[in-house]
Amino acid sequence: MSTSERAFRDPAPAPATIGRPPDYLHESHTLRSWFLTTDHKRIALLYLAAITAFFVVGAIAAGLIRLSLVVPNGEIFTNDTYNKIFTVHGVVMVWFFLIPSIPATFGNFLIPLMIGARDLAFPRLNLLSWYIFVGGALFTLADLIIGGVDTGWTFYAPFSTTFSNTYVIPALIGVIIVGFSSILTGLNFVVTIHAMRAPGMTWFRMPIFVWTHYATSLIFLLATPVITIALILLLMERAFGIGVFDPALGGDPVLFEHLFWFYSHPAVYIMVLPGMGVISEIVPAFAQKRIFGYRFIAYATIGLASITFVVWGHHMFVNGIGTGAAVVFSVLSFAVAVPSAVKVYNWTATIYKGRIRLQTPMLYAMGYIGLFVLGGLTGLFLATLAIDEHVHGTYFVVAHFHYIMVGGTMLAFLGGLHFWWPKFTGRLYPEAWGRISAFLIFIGFNVTFFPQFLLGYLGMPRRYHDYPPEFQLLNILSSAGATILAAGYLFPMVYLIWSLWFGERASANPWGARGLEWTTPSPPPAHNFARQPIVDFEPYAYPDPPADDDGAAHVG
Amino acid sequence: MNPQQQALSLWPSAASAAATSADHLIWSFTALTLVLVVPIFLGIAWFALRYRDGKTANRRLRHGHDRMIELGWMIIPFVLTLIFFVWGMRLFVDQKLPPANAMRIEAIGRQWMWKFEHPGGQAEINDLHVPAGQPVLINMISQDVIHGLYVPALRIQMETLPGRYTQLWFNADRVGTYRLLCSEFCGTDHSTMVGLLYVMTPADYAAWLARSHHGERIVSAGRRLFASYGCAGCHDGGTVAAPALAGLYGQVAANGAYVDDTYLRSAILDPDSTRVPGQPAVMPPFKGVVSEDDLFRLIAYIKSLDPAAEASR
Ligand code: HEC
Ligand code: HEM
Ligand SMILES: [Cu+2]
Ligand SMILES: [Cu+2]
Repeated sequence: MSTSERAFRDPAPAPATIGRPPDYLHESHTLRSWFLTTDHKRIALLYLAAITAFFVVGAIAAGLIRLSLVVPNGEIFTNDTYNKIFTVHGVVMVWFFLIPSIPATFGNFLIPLMIGARDLAFPRLNLLSWYIFVGGALFTLADLIIGGVDTGWTFYAPFSTTFSNTYVIPALIGVIIVGFSSILTGLNFVVTIHAMRAPGMTWFRMPIFVWTHYATSLIFLLATPVITIALILLLMERAFGIGVFDPALGGDPVLFEHLFWFYSHPAVYIMVLPGMGVISEIVPAFAQKRIFGYRFIAYATIGLASITFVVWGHHMFVNGIGTGAAVVFSVLSFAVAVPSAVKVYNWTATIYKGRIRLQTPMLYAMGYIGLFVLGGLTGLFLATLAIDEHVHGTYFVVAHFHYIMVGGTMLAFLGGLHFWWPKFTGRLYPEAWGRISAFLIFIGFNVTFFPQFLLGYLGMPRRYHDYPPEFQLLNILSSAGATILAAGYLFPMVYLIWSLWFGERASANPWGARGLEWTTPSPPPAHNFARQPIVDFEPYAYPDPPADDDGAAHVG
Repeated sequence: MNPQQQALSLWPSAASAAATSADHLIWSFTALTLVLVVPIFLGIAWFALRYRDGKTANRRLRHGHDRMIELGWMIIPFVLTLIFFVWGMRLFVDQKLPPANAMRIEAIGRQWMWKFEHPGGQAEINDLHVPAGQPVLINMISQDVIHGLYVPALRIQMETLPGRYTQLWFNADRVGTYRLLCSEFCGTDHSTMVGLLYVMTPADYAAWLARSHHGERIVSAGRRLFASYGCAGCHDGGTVAAPALAGLYGQVAANGAYVDDTYLRSAILDPDSTRVPGQPAVMPPFKGVVSEDDLFRLIAYIKSLDPAAEASR
């Protein structure tokens, strides 16, 4: 039995803190040691802090939106203020929270641990990415302080270039800069996954989490440059009057829509694939069962990342693209359902005949599956030409992408945060509070967003603060749900921070999960592994139940 | 008179047969969604309870059919949903082919109002009156940013682009008053760029037309403008070798492009963009000279020209 195998099969109980080499958190305490660190684990926590701050900004904006929509006549804020609020919400949540959320935090922390590496391929580049991210973000914050921007996160031209009277340029610069951070992170991950896998860690021994991050990184690398160019062109048109998109200057506004969605549809998979990776780790761990159809899931991941590049036109069905093009984009969008279905059915099959523990991360994972399925299927509604012709630009779209991005990605983020929190911090959080907030979030989410499907079907356009009175009751319901949702988010912020000091100490592997990251102590030492791991086992090597299992035997 | 005044509506009104077909599509797709998701939801809930850790259950797994199972749940839902792709495509394509007898209304979107002009020259702001049972084609353009003309009761919308015409047609056969909205964010007062669609009996519509103040018919206004902008000087005989415009619409132009409204618009505003390469630049650009309103009048006039009459002149 090789060392690594022993380490894996029987993770040595972590020695008591005394006499143990200090972990990555306690190795040094100076501010400098944090802000100039090249340790992927510390950088991950820097990202966690930054995106949490942005989440709070975006969430406050969301609260103001829901407050405004309680009344139909738009009396709470002026029209311009309302437009700025939803723009802040969209820009911050999409570009500064969702896109970096899982990859930059969990991906950063876990990819080296999962593949048995000491760090990412380019540790200093990794730190640089964080500074670029924060630098870009500061432009956006500055924008908020000097007066805000009202274009929506989609920056459609020529409104954004010629007609808006707000501070579009700082917002654009911020988003462009943050794009470079994504590109560098993607590059780092791709090289790491190619070059730094431990001996024996073949491609098909990698956890699905690593597969999804590999696919996400490819999208970062291939799609981000397109949005960067599109936004630079916007900037040039706005700042110097160089006509690219405004027909009055000889440009073409539909070109911007193409460039924007060529990136932004793949970007939705940047947001969603890492979440699928998280769920693919949580579900087997809490079912104590090998993931069903590992290879199919790995291929589906790459399939999704490929198809995602050819469906952008489904955002443009009603802007006069040719009928033939619309039909092609529609059927390609339906094809996305295939790899998505693979994942959902495989997770379900993994739960079947497992040994299920309904702890907090698993509750989040189950919530995720439900909401992701609804979000994905309503995506197919939108991909259906005659339906999109009705609900495009309405609250139906808003509900669709919130089911995917909040119901999906956000739940995966929280599930992953609870799952790996012991690994990140060495502490356990109070389980009862974890379960309560998972339920609050699930209920609050559905009360907030389900009515929006109905609103969209009834014909309420999005980005309206002054809306027809017949929509008021559903809007009130939605706002009421948002307060439950807000409570659900507040709890983890409080008890997770509380647990840093007062939480129970975590063992190396509190969930009995499989995977290299659980073979290191919690929190891991700065160099991750005491010895180079050698991998001679399959991923998700949870034992099959013995043939005569009646459930009495307990594997922990 | 307004569409709805209560705070809750749960069923959108439908003003056309196409809207009802769209509803059938939506609700059938919803039914399929239930068929696909209810087993997953029940399955997850049931497995989670049945196979709770510590519970006695038969956990023996039979391996061997995994590949068939995988292929099954990839292909079956895909094929089922494809039915809806085809259904949705057919309704959509129908919406793209206006019947020949459609009555044409010109629409201009601008921050933050809609302007509609009927063939007889009756213009209205934000509201639109149409006769029931008569196909109506709306030809629209924006003067500034992108807008979107959206009538939920018809289940259709179309972006209104600057610099290019887009079209939308419908046959509203249920008399009533419905909302008409802007569906593409266009700035400060986006949410008040709204009005009402009045679907009237043909008799009421005729009365409304007679009642509303109207200037000239669109085509005759176009003929007048064609003279006053000096187009006629070149295009109606004269010394310059300007091409004849009669019968041009719907043909393939000398530069190989298909002549539609947007083609005529660019030929007038920016002749460089449609001129056959190598030809001397004779026609002056009218960009910044002719307004969007005058443009659709000129275009309507050009389209009304009869090649036979022209030849005999
Ligand atoms: C100075 C003479 C002149 C005037 C004035 C003029 N045109 Fe033209 N027009 C031409 C010529 C010549 C062409 C062929 C293209 C070219 O050489 O510019 C042309 C081309 C066109 C075409 C495109 C025909 C095709 O087959 O592609 C349209 C449409 C047109 N003109 C409409 C108008 C309208 C409407 C006006 C008035 C607003 C106008 N023109 C004024 C000379 C003129
Ligand atoms: C899987 C993750 C997905 C995410 C994160 C996501 C996200 C989004 C977002 C953000 C928008 C709105 C953009 C905007 O207008 O501001 C959107 C719209 C849309 N989505 Fe998705 N989506 C996902 C999956 C799907 C799937 C699987 C389909 C269909 C196969 C789909 C089809 C559509 C369509 C057609 C629209 C355009 C609707 C319209 O504006 O008319 N989406 N999605
Ligand atoms: Cu998309
Ligand atoms: Cu608008």
